[in-house]
Amino acid sequence: MGSDATPTGITEESLTVEQAIANLQQTEDPSSRYYAAWWIGRFRVREPIAIDALIQALNDETDRSPDGGYPLRRNAARALGKVGDRQSVPPLAACLACADYYVREAAAQSLEELGDASCAAALAALLDGGMEDTELRPGTPHLRQPYDAVIEALGTLGVKDAIHVIQPFVEHPVPRIRYAAARAMYQLTQESQYGDRLVQALGETDLQLRRTALMDLGATGYVPAAGAIAQTHAENSLKLIALKGLLESHLASRDPITTEKFELPASATHIMELMDSLL
Amino acid sequence: MTATIQTLIQAVEAADSKPRMVEAVRHLASTQSPDSIPTLIQVLGYNNPGAAVAAVDGLVRLGDVAVRPLLDELDGYNYGARAWAIRALSEIAHPDGLEILLAAAQSDFALSVRRAAARGLGRLRWQVLPTDEREAAQEKALETLLTASQDMEWVVRYAAIVGLQALAGAIASGRDEWRSQIRTCFEELINTDDTLVVRSRALWGLQCLKSAVWSTQALKSVE
Repeated sequence: MGSDATPTGITEESLTVEQAIANLQQTEDPSSRYYAAWWIGRFRVREPIAIDALIQALNDETDRSPDGGYPLRRNAARALGKVGDRQSVPPLAACLACADYYVREAAAQSLEELGDASCAAALAALLDGGMEDTELRPGTPHLRQPYDAVIEALGTLGVKDAIHVIQPFVEHPVPRIRYAAARAMYQLTQESQYGDRLVQALGETDLQLRRTALMDLGATGYVPAAGAIAQTHAENSLKLIALKGLLESHLASRDPITTEKFELPASATHIMELMDSLL
Repeated sequence: MTATIQTLIQAVEAADSKPRMVEAVRHLASTQSPDSIPTLIQVLGYNNPGAAVAAVDGLVRLGDVAVRPLLDELDGYNYGARAWAIRALSEIAHPDGLEILLAAAQSDFALSVRRAAARGLGRLRWQVLPTDEREAAQEKALETLLTASQDMEWVVRYAAIVGLQALAGAIASGRDEWRSQIRTCFEELINTDDTLVVRSRALWGLQCLKSAVWSTQALKSVE
């Protein structure tokens, strides 16, 4: 969500592709470089020269935040996920060892988007000791590792070898992490018990948790959840996004839908009926 | 105004927390009394989504009697209230809301408002209008929905398909060219849209149009 927003403090200016690339390549003005990295991701500029510049930026040492973070690296890592070139998989996997939590999180999310499972071992390594890690890092709002992003990536990438590593996390004390684990376990095993855990989470009293569960269900394609999603106390916009995700994961193997002879399964028209009622 | 309604209105005005407000609005809405309309409309502007949902529900259940008050105060609304009011008008589906819905579907900056308006445009109760006005109104709705089917947000395109499908069912039998415009629009979306859920909704829409018995539909719209 946050990665799609304009970086704070910078008004959205329009760049040309050439300007954005030039801004990203220079090192004198960190803020225009930071903005250019976001822009290239936002508009999915797929030119090799832009991708090279983003990969370069993953090693930047000049742009540092007061907490010791690497803002440019974060933006570059997010942008590489959106641009979608697989040559960025090894450098992003290397970012999983970066000292900045948010760089590791962005790298895990982008590796998920890139759909290349060659980074599986590097991702799974971040889960070591995660079940004992339940206290926020001093002075930060997060744990030692971005467990939810890592687990979600392993699930989306279909890394079945990670099942035994992920499984314990369905009992993690942090709800977001539990949901990520249930979502990944459903994706990896298709066992309804994991989908049902997420359906249960739709009844949480905390709206933020219900929203997270909605998004997680959207990623699963767990069709029996459709009715519960439509009934959840949350914004219709989010329920529509969740149902869209559900339908798309469900239909993905049957796509492309380009012919009128394509037969929509009853499960698909059921989901669309629910969506129609939420508009 | 009965004493009960008066008390329920006061309870809304006195509610001092968001959950209490939601509760009070629900009670007031459940009376389905026209006397509750001004208060329900006011609640739309309170930046309390739970209360606004309850107020919209109440206004929708009241139906046509709420349309005029909603339209009269539309200009004075803050942005959030306007969005809720458009949602209510779209649900009530009275053709007096046509102009507002046309404008909202085309150019509102919030996609949730464009989405609600597009759905509403397809399901207006056209039979309320005299025949000569009906066709002119439907033509405007058709044009706007065809434009909305090219919106940059997938959910607005999706809602436009739902609107167009409903509109196709309401068009009189003499207007086959309108129906074929809708079919062409669906076919184009099936072949070119980059969002799977939009393609599948267009496909479903097209299949529904083809299987519908036009003579029955035409009879319905004349009734």
